[in-house]
Formats: sequence, structure tokens, C-alpha cells
Amino acid sequence: MELLVSDTRFHSGSRWLLVHAVAVFAFLYLPIAVLILYSFNGEGVGGFPPHHLTLGWYRTLFSDGPIWDSVLNSVQVAFVAMAISLTFGVPAALALERAQFPGKALFRRLVLLPLILPGIITGLSLLMLFNVAGTKLSLMTIILGHGTALISVATTEVFAGLQKLDRAQEEASLDLGANYWQTFWRITVPNLKLPIIGAALLIFTLSMDEIAVSFFLIGRDNTLPLEIWGRLRRGITPEINAVSTIIFVFSLMAIVFWYRLRVRSEGGADAGAEIVQAVEGNAI
Amino acid sequence: MRDAGDSVGRATLLSIRNVAKRFGKNVVLRDISLDVAEGEFLTILGESGSGKTTLLRIIAGFETASAGEVWMGEERLDREPPYRRRVNTVFQHYALFPHLTVEQNVAYGLRVAKRPEAEIASRVEEALAKVKMSAHAKSKPSKISGGQQQRIALARALVNRPRLLLLDEPLSALDANLRRQMQVELKSLQREVGISFIFVTHDQEEAMVMSDRIALLRSGELEQVATPREIYGRPATAYAAQFIGHTNLLKAAVREGVVHCGPLMWPTALPDGPALFSLRPENVRLATGNPVAGAVRVAGRVRHQAFHGATELIRVECGDGLVLVVRTPGSRGALDNVELEFSPSDAVLVRESPKRI
Amino acid sequence: MFSRAYKAAVTLPPLIWVTVFLLIPYLLMFCYSFWSVSASQTIVHSWTLANYSELLRVDVYWQTLLRSMWIAARVTIFSLVLGYPLAYFLSFYAGRKKDLLYQLVIIPLWVSYLVRAYAWKTILGGDGVLNTLLQYVHLTKHPLEFLLYSPFAVVLTLTHIYTPFAFLPIYAALEHIPRNLVEASHDLGATPGQTFWKVIFPLSIPGVVAGATFAFVLSLGDFLAPLLLGGPSGIMISNIVVSLFGAAYNWPLGAAISFCMLLLVVSLLFFSERLEKKWSFS
Repeated sequence: MELLVSDTRFHSGSRWLLVHAVAVFAFLYLPIAVLILYSFNGEGVGGFPPHHLTLGWYRTLFSDGPIWDSVLNSVQVAFVAMAISLTFGVPAALALERAQFPGKALFRRLVLLPLILPGIITGLSLLMLFNVAGTKLSLMTIILGHGTALISVATTEVFAGLQKLDRAQEEASLDLGANYWQTFWRITVPNLKLPIIGAALLIFTLSMDEIAVSFFLIGRDNTLPLEIWGRLRRGITPEINAVSTIIFVFSLMAIVFWYRLRVRSEGGADAGAEIVQAVEGNAI
Repeated sequence: MRDAGDSVGRATLLSIRNVAKRFGKNVVLRDISLDVAEGEFLTILGESGSGKTTLLRIIAGFETASAGEVWMGEERLDREPPYRRRVNTVFQHYALFPHLTVEQNVAYGLRVAKRPEAEIASRVEEALAKVKMSAHAKSKPSKISGGQQQRIALARALVNRPRLLLLDEPLSALDANLRRQMQVELKSLQREVGISFIFVTHDQEEAMVMSDRIALLRSGELEQVATPREIYGRPATAYAAQFIGHTNLLKAAVREGVVHCGPLMWPTALPDGPALFSLRPENVRLATGNPVAGAVRVAGRVRHQAFHGATELIRVECGDGLVLVVRTPGSRGALDNVELEFSPSDAVLVRESPKRI
Repeated sequence: MFSRAYKAAVTLPPLIWVTVFLLIPYLLMFCYSFWSVSASQTIVHSWTLANYSELLRVDVYWQTLLRSMWIAARVTIFSLVLGYPLAYFLSFYAGRKKDLLYQLVIIPLWVSYLVRAYAWKTILGGDGVLNTLLQYVHLTKHPLEFLLYSPFAVVLTLTHIYTPFAFLPIYAALEHIPRNLVEASHDLGATPGQTFWKVIFPLSIPGVVAGATFAFVLSLGDFLAPLLLGGPSGIMISNIVVSLFGAAYNWPLGAAISFCMLLLVVSLLFFSERLEKKWSFS
């Protein structure tokens, strides 16, 4: 219901709010716009106004071997990390929603901690684990890092989905003669399809972009963010603008897809709110 | 439809003139004109979707009318934002502020108006006493029951001494006994305070019990505006007759001074043509002994009896497709073939209500 | 309602994983903080408090921590200043466009952090977009140096990153406020401004606390923005830790700092959680 919109003739303050909102949006999108613009800039980075719009940087990008290797690495990591996060995150959500056990409160906080803890702490602590265990750093260690850090994403999304699930459906199933396992697979899981898919998408995208944890767990093979990072340390190359623009476009597609998925499942837009509330300690 | 006369000749407080409201293509209110008198208890009665809440919200200021005007005294009310109107509302789900105590809730309007603290304290105390909630002054709304919250909502509105109080189905969330109790209390409160109340409900019994006048709203138009007795005894339309209380709706035809309705016949002064009559079940009797002069008699078979405690409702099939519902006091035991009787003067001529979308 | 076997099957695997990969690593970090580094660059597993005493003694750690907290505080304040009115506008004034605008706020969150930080570098540099623009329109003659490789750049970039983070819980809290409370407030004579301060803002405080916590904690522990844009004057505590695990090879000391950060974050979380509960009324 449009509450105050019809009232705007009564309230001049709303004009300032609009100005503020526009300014904030401009601030949020400025770097992205600059990036995209300059990826086409013939003279590379910096300088204003941009001249010589060209696709040259994109062409350079496509013949850049190491970048594509790192993309492949990132994709592999993302898929396996997604599998790990879901495998452990979904049961964790079920455990938190349904079971009582000693240490549940600690478990809950541990699972959610990586969401708000700076990545450096999660990354370093895992580094120490691998050091003590004698494991060599490689893509595998990165996978374990991502998988662990992102369990919380799977847990919060599935937990929210469980809360929306009508208990009466499961009770009806039991009443009609199905046992607990049958009910779980026939009723509970199908209702969790959308939260799980949404979580998978989110985890995949976050893993592709993850840098803080990966920073400490990297072996010989780079993921895409770390490859870009390496180049950035050496100096700005305009190619980076091009690859960043491509990343942006993919992220955009991912989020639009995720969003449509959520709106379809709930008819409402709470995107990200559960994750935030989970950290507040409210939702879970 | 024009307001059918003002109540008890009192001054007009609020004047709604040709108000209409559209939401996009959806027309919710069409050409509503209604005058509310000083000190009157007016109920806007209607089903869900009739537009009654929308009308109330227009008066309160939460919606703007698509057409028409609302006047209070000599001033245009609908030009003012809600916070400048001398009108207060009791919301359907009370809308008490959860972060404030009961006392702070009631004091809200006075604080906002920057009244002196001493005045606020005494007026709040008075308001709480009037709704019998003084003991709960320091509680938070989440700690008191629904009925108690409702009283606080009332106190919070009345403490500001508005010229008009709007009540949006305030009793709908209460259980039946509490509801009846609150109906009585609200009515006496209104008498005591002396200001006009506009009460919105879908419950016709509630409307009958509390109101000085009832404005029956249907699909965005006023069907009839009259006192409870008038609206019950002389419904203007078939809808009014059926919505308020039970009735028998008789589809009849007048031919040469006689009303024909199935097996029923009685003389009339109406011109020829189709006619619709409303006959209240309590005006139909089980016939005994000789017919009263001028009464209409008809025989029939009892199809169903429903015992309602003080009365019984009996469905009788009278042949020719005519079914009459009869209300008798007490219980008559099981009945089979009966003879029914009623006076033609109890058959009220009503208009057919136009079809609405 | 569910059988014990089911509950065990569901609870044990994540419990085990989380213990191995979260709890034990944190405990290990705690242990490391009591060890030390020998001259030949190996880690000596003898227990000592030397690391912690060094942290307390040596100035640079304290100064850097305080600077980091000051940077994080500024980021938090700016994020709230930018995020709150935006959330308020979306929630109460945006009407039908609300969902679309919400998506627009979220999208930057999904664009790589690195990419966005790098973009600011492009904008703020000596011959970056902003400087050349200012010179182009003759507002300045020479490049403004303070724009890049300074705390300013770090605060600016981190504010850009974390404003959506601050926005999210505030928006959620505002959306939760029943609209009839706002109407009731108007009905009782309060203008929209009064209604905001007396009704809307108090009820949104849990969201503000959550948003502030997010922004503060995450920017406190950030090391990428300072590395890219901070220059020598913009070094933050995490950068020190990174170098201790890198070139400056002193894992135990790094672990000590990290563990302190972990404690700081956890206590901030507890504190903010209690604050939120105190201000939550439904």
C-alpha cells in the first residue's frame, strides 16, 4: 500500500529524501560506470574524457591465457565449494530448526560466525590448521575454505525456507501413513527446492568473488580474483577494466535470476534479509 | 443516494459531498453524500468490499477522494493532512505503539501538541479512568489483552477531545461476549462524551444495537440511511431487507388491484406490474382459529425447524414454489402441515437493488 | 516429532565439519599465539606470553589498531548516514518502485569487491578520472594528492562497499513496522517529521545496530582496501597481520593479533545483540 506517496504534497521533506536517494545511487554506481566506460577507452586507464573507444582491451583479454586458467580454477572451486556448503549447510539448518542437543547455541554461533567475521580470521585459522596437519596449499585448501565459510549461507537460506514450511503439511503426511523418512523426501525436501537453489546460486557467486579467505590458502594455482589481484599489485592494466566489466555483467545476471527465483517462491523480496537477521541472532 | 433526513434535527458536523474513490480502474466509492450530525452515533454498515473502510479513511485523511469534498463546519476537511484534522481514529487492530507504555500511548497526541506536562498527566489519568484501565498505566501493550488494548486505543483517541471519533471495526477481534459488553460500553461512552462517533462494521446486529442512524453501503453506494427501526421496518431495497435481519422476499405481480405471489393474494392500491415485498418472519404467524380480518392465509408443509433458544425459525413450503420462513416464540415441537397467516401491511414494498459489478 | 536416528543423521555431519574446520582452527590460532618463532624461521612450540606482552608494549600495534578502529568508525557513520535515509525513502516513499530500487541497491553487493576497490583507484589516482576531470573543468590546477594512498581513500572505498550492508538490516527493520502505527501517529496529530522521530526511528533501532555492527566489524578487519589504496598512512591492523604471515614471518605474533581481533569481534557481536534485544518491541 502506498502510504505516504499520496501525502507528498503535505511533506516537503520527502523531496530531500529523493535527492539523497539519487545521490546515494550515483555514489554506488559511479565506480561501476567508470569501469565499464574505461574498458572501452583506447588510452587505457585514467584521463578524462575518454577517447578512442575501442574493443581492443577485450580482444587482449580473450587471448590472455593465465586469466582463463584462473577462471577455470575459480569455476571448479565454486562448484565443489557449493557442494560442500549445501551438503553440510542443509542438515545444519534442519538440525537448528528441529533438533535439541547439547552445545546447540555454540553450534549456531559457530556456523554463522564466518558471515560477519572478517575473512582474514577465517582464512588464517584454516591456514594454521593445514600447517599443523601438514597439508600443502592448493586449490583443495581453497575449496575447503570456501566450503566452510559459505555453509552459513546455505544454512540461513534453508532455515528461512523451513520456517515458511507449514508444519501441518508434514503432520498430514504422517497422518496419511508415511513415516518420517518418506515425509522428509516427499514433503520437506520438495518445499526446500527453491531456498536450496537460491543458496546454491548465492554460494557459487560468492565463491567466484572470494578473496580474503583464498588469499591465505592459495597454492600454485590462482583463482580469478587472486589472478586479478596479482596483476593489480604490479600496476593497473586496462585489461582489468575489461575483465571486471565482464564479471559485473555475469554478477548482474546471477542476481536478477536469483531475485526472480525468490519472488516466485515467496511473492516478496526479502533478499539477503535472512542472512542479515541470522547474524543479528534473531532469525535462528 | 441522498441522505434521507438528518437525525433529530441536530446541527450538521460533517458533510460528505459527492465523494468518489477509484484505485486505478477499480471504483470503490461512487458519489457518496452523507451528513453527520453533532453528537450522533452513526454506523457505516456494509460487507467487505463495500467501501466502508475506504470512506472512513477518507474522512480520517489516509486516502484522498478522487472526486467530491468533505466539509467540517465551514471548512474543507479533505484539504488538510490527517495530523491537522480534529478527527481521531480507533484502528481495527488498535495500532498501539509497542515501544511506549500504555500511559505514553494515551499521552501521545497531547505530547505532540506540546501541552503542559501537568495538563497531560491529568487528562491521561481521566481518560484511563473512563475506560477503566488506570491500573495498567505503566504496562507495555504487548502485556495486556486484546480487549484491554482496545480500551487503550479508545482512550488514546478520546483524550485529544476530537470533534469526531472514527472507529474502524474495533470490536471484530473480540470474542462474542466481550463484544456485546463493549457495544454497551461504547454506546454509553459516546453519550457521556457527547461527540459524534462514526462506527464502521459488517455486523448488522452490532449496527442495530449501537446506532442513532445506520448508513448501509453496498458496492460503493449508499443503499439506505435511516434509524435502525426505520431500516428494519421499512427497508428501501431488497438488499437492505435481506442484509439486516432475516426476511422473506416475495416476488409478486400486481394485476387489477390485487397482488399475486404464488398462492398468496391480497388487495392493494399499487399500479399493475411487478412488485417486490419484504416480509419479516416474525410477522408471519402459525394460524389459529378464525382468520383475522384482512389477513392472508396460506397452507404449507414444514421443511425445516431451527431452534434458536428464544425463538424458532420454521421453513414452510407453500406450493407454487413459494417458501416462507416463520419466526415463532419458544419451541413448537415437531410440526408437519401448518397454516400461516400475516397482515398485508407487514409486507413492505422494496426496490430491487441495481446490479453491481 | 522426528526420530532420534533422523536427528542424529542430520546433526552429526555438520557438527563434525564445523568442529574440524571452524572450532579447531580457532583453538589452534589461540595455541599459536602462545608459541614463538626461532631465529631460523621455524615455529617453536614452547608456551610463552611474549607475543601478548609485545602487543601491549610496542606502540605500532596499538596505534594501528586505534587507527583501524577510527577508520572503521568513520566508515560505519558514513554508511549509516548514506544507508538510513535511503532505506527510509525506499520503505515509505517508493511505492510501487520499491522492489526495483531494492534490487538496484543490492546489485553492487554482488559486483566483486576487488573490482569496485580497483575502480576507486582508477577514479582517485593522480591521473585518474576525478583529478583529470577537475583539471578539465579548471577547478584545480594540479592533481589532488590526498585522494589516493591515504586513509581518505580507504574510508571512501570501504563506505562504498559497506553502505549496502548497512542498508539491508535497516530496510528490513523499517519494512517490519506496521503501517497502521504511522497512520495512528498522524491521526493523533504528529507530522511526518515527528512521526519519524517518535515512532519510526525507535522501532528501527535494532536494524541500525545490526547494520552498524556489520559495517564496523567488516571494515575493521579489512586488508584489501588499505593494500590497494591506503598507502603508508592507511595501513590497518589486518595489514600487519598479513605481513606477519608473509614477509615478516612471525606466525605466533600474527596469531596473537588475530585472536585478539576474534575476541573483539565476538564481544562486539554479543554487545550489539543485547542492544538489539533491548530495543526490540514486537
